[in-house]
Amino acid sequence: MNTPTIHSAILTLVTFIPMAGALFLVMFPRRDREIRGFALLVSLLTFVLSLHLPAYFHRNQAGFQFELNVPWIPTPNIHYHMGVDGISMWLVVLTTFLTPLGVLISWKSIHDRVKEFFILFLILETALIGVFVSLDLFLFYFFWEATLIPMALLIGVWGHGRRVYAAVKFFLYTMIASVFMLAAILWLYARTGTFDFVTIRNAIHNGQVEGFAAAAPWLFLGFFVAFAVKVPLFPFHTWLPDAHVEAPTAGSVILAGVLLKMGTYGLLRFNLGLFPEQARANASWISILALIGIIYGALVAMVQPNMKKLIAYSSISHLGFVVMGIFSFTSAGLDGAMFIMLAHGISTGGLFMLAGILYERRHTYEISEYGGLATPMPAYATFFLFITLASVGLPLLNGFVGEFLVLSGAFSAHPVYGILGATGVIWSACYLLWMYQRVFFGKVTHHENLAIPDLTGREKLALWPAAVVALVMGVAPLWWLNAIEPAVQSALAPFSQLASKVVGQ
Amino acid sequence: MNTPQGVEYIRILPEIVLSVFGMAIMLLDPLLDDRRAPRLLGVVALVGSFAALAATLLQTQSPGLAFWGMVKVDSFSIFFHFLITAITAVVVLTSFEYMEVQKIHAGEYYGLVLFGAVGMCLMSSAVELVLIFIALEISSISTYILAGFRQRAAISSESSLKYFLLGSFATAFFLYGVALMFGATGSTSISLIGQSLSQSPAPLLAYAGIAFMFVGLGFKVAAAPFHIWTPDVYEGAPSPVVGFMSTAPKAAVFAVLLRILFEAHAPGRLWLIWIVAALSMTLGNIGALVQSNVKRLLAYSSIAHAGYLLVAFAALPANGIPAAMFYTASYAAMNVGAFAVISHFAGSGERLVTLEDYAGLGKRSPLLAATLTIFLLSLIGIPMTGGFFAKFYVFSAALQANLPGLVIVGVLNSAVAAYYYLRLIVVMYMRDAREDAPVSRIPLAMGTALVITVFATVYLGVLPGRILEYAAQSANELMR
Repeated sequence: MNTPTIHSAILTLVTFIPMAGALFLVMFPRRDREIRGFALLVSLLTFVLSLHLPAYFHRNQAGFQFELNVPWIPTPNIHYHMGVDGISMWLVVLTTFLTPLGVLISWKSIHDRVKEFFILFLILETALIGVFVSLDLFLFYFFWEATLIPMALLIGVWGHGRRVYAAVKFFLYTMIASVFMLAAILWLYARTGTFDFVTIRNAIHNGQVEGFAAAAPWLFLGFFVAFAVKVPLFPFHTWLPDAHVEAPTAGSVILAGVLLKMGTYGLLRFNLGLFPEQARANASWISILALIGIIYGALVAMVQPNMKKLIAYSSISHLGFVVMGIFSFTSAGLDGAMFIMLAHGISTGGLFMLAGILYERRHTYEISEYGGLATPMPAYATFFLFITLASVGLPLLNGFVGEFLVLSGAFSAHPVYGILGATGVIWSACYLLWMYQRVFFGKVTHHENLAIPDLTGREKLALWPAAVVALVMGVAPLWWLNAIEPAVQSALAPFSQLASKVVGQ
Repeated sequence: MNTPQGVEYIRILPEIVLSVFGMAIMLLDPLLDDRRAPRLLGVVALVGSFAALAATLLQTQSPGLAFWGMVKVDSFSIFFHFLITAITAVVVLTSFEYMEVQKIHAGEYYGLVLFGAVGMCLMSSAVELVLIFIALEISSISTYILAGFRQRAAISSESSLKYFLLGSFATAFFLYGVALMFGATGSTSISLIGQSLSQSPAPLLAYAGIAFMFVGLGFKVAAAPFHIWTPDVYEGAPSPVVGFMSTAPKAAVFAVLLRILFEAHAPGRLWLIWIVAALSMTLGNIGALVQSNVKRLLAYSSIAHAGYLLVAFAALPANGIPAAMFYTASYAAMNVGAFAVISHFAGSGERLVTLEDYAGLGKRSPLLAATLTIFLLSLIGIPMTGGFFAKFYVFSAALQANLPGLVIVGVLNSAVAAYYYLRLIVVMYMRDAREDAPVSRIPLAMGTALVITVFATVYLGVLPGRILEYAAQSANELMR
């Protein structure tokens, strides 16, 4: 640990290279082409470096790897403690994977204040990676809040129509919810004298935290509210459709692809990790909220006239699966939840990119403005179909594996939840395929659409990786799952102890 | 009574230096012609505040009591001396441009700023209630006059008069409290009061004395319910002066409060503070929600921040004192900075001060907008800025003292507060400008002031450890 190696420095590098790139961009002259190229270069470099993680990750090993733990601030005792396990590692890679795609997709659609856009986009990447790799609660909160400002500005400055409303709503919802988490973190610090996640977790499990039993339900709620708003779980979801519809394409891609996962990651890491008993006690109503989210999100998605809003509501539905999987406390459920997080990031990110491509050409997201697009845009239609099927959960594509695992986990925990949740899969096929039919099939209904240009090379460059990964994840899920599995088992360990305690009584 | 020794003069050296420079400015003023005077006198004032800063550094070598136990130099007083002289220097830097643009006569202005700083410095090192009262008056009288320095604006005279009348009333309360305290304990020395109050149960008179003193000091820091004057005074006073009087005198008064409440073992502290803190946070933030004038908005915000700061006073001394000290420092950095931006942007006659005027600033002057954004984010309490750690230390100190109720009030309040600061950011970046006139260039002195305040805000947000350790150490000395 004393000699810095590439293994302990890699997380710091991956986290801060985008930030360094952003700082460099501040001093860059306002030459838009070069700025775009540089942002792409930085994000690609970050992605390549982040591949170090899966390449050198010890897959059959639980616990945190690539750790770096140095004191940062002596009073209060804050450490710069970073590390990943099988859960967070993939979320880091997801972030670094989607960012270059976001840069590519913003190439032409962002023409106003290009420099500021890419500066904020790169800062956002740093903050997102930081959230997933922090093992110090303080550091985690620090990055968590730091994601807010760039995202709100991306929506508010480069968004569409009611962008200011959406940005302010997004900011206030998440800000207000996360102060409850801050209060809970402060309580834990006041009683344990540390922010270190591992130390606090061990202290809680060994019953060394004074007054914990009385405070735990409130602490659980404090963390839960912050994460539930981010996920978003019904009924905290109302900011999401607004934010998605008004955000610029790259903003939507990152918002759906990564930002929402901060919430589910937080539930998994903190609510389950620190408060297993409360998680168990509250599981029933949280699962019901998740179920409502699955079905409600799907039904609302079905009637949306706006393509982006439809995808936004489908996110609520898909994230409901994740929460249901997490609170099933079965290893299949958790594996599946993790897998959906990744798969949803790829496929919904892809769908938002596709919607954005169409918007660039016609400046509308209204489904009724399109129809018969398969004729003028064959390549576009093919990509759209592929990603749609991945999102629907067609076997051999990435959506299927996660949903199957979550449903089987939910079924073994509560058969009724499993059955009701399964209807969500059907709903998602309905609304997505119906949208596909209305947009692409039949005759061209609007004459403006006759001459609509097909995908350009750059757009294909952004879409190919997403499509390939969607396929590979569906065909070879084990490559991802065998890194996730040990982390899931260690997350579930307190629950099996809990169960045996209950049985013992 | 023995005569003071040489070292005792070193223990008031910053005050001496500031007074000498202040008088020098008054004497130089008539000798210079009007064209060159403002700049030259500003430079003298700047040199004066830096000399005082150096004198404070010198003091670190010779801590101790001076002048028959009325002045005490310890790391606590040095912290506040340093803070106040630094604020003075930055405010002088921001005033260079203001003097020229507003065509204000500079002589008395710079003199009064330095005299005000004398009073504030003395407040932080005085340990005798009558001397504290005199220091408070020195500082207050200077700020009363400074508030009315925009002679051409009626609103400024109103500001000055209001501040003067209500402020005199408040200092009278303080003096009355001192008298009652003397009656209760037979002394005006803080350490003797502390001894007598900690030995026997406090007499009723002492409670009354503390309450009266708190009214007087609460007025000076704009804590609710003594806050009514704040928005009017801040709106009328010249912007650099508002930056000055919303930070330096507040820091000094908080220093006095820390000494009185903790060193003198004041009775009945907890509930008094609890109520005033909760009330200040809530009234300040609610008031700020509906403001359309940026100066009034920041006035209400300063009421709220006084509330957050007071939360630390309800905590245990070991955590509360350093938290409060850190808060004064980081609030000073961000608020002086914010008012520097406002005074630069306001233009001649301070015309541009409403939210609407800031529309599109992000495009018209990205640098100025980004700077103001940093200060506003710090006022919200976003990580990476001093404002975050300030709130963080205060709330965690309160939690360690087992005051979850007060923390919840504070946390909810900071969520509400995010809204109105954000409104300004939204207006700057997401609204189109009414006129695309370029914002005037930032002159060198103003630029330096902005660089210093941004640096301080970010430094406190990334590496708060050293300042906090120093504050904790001086809290230890204070409690010994």
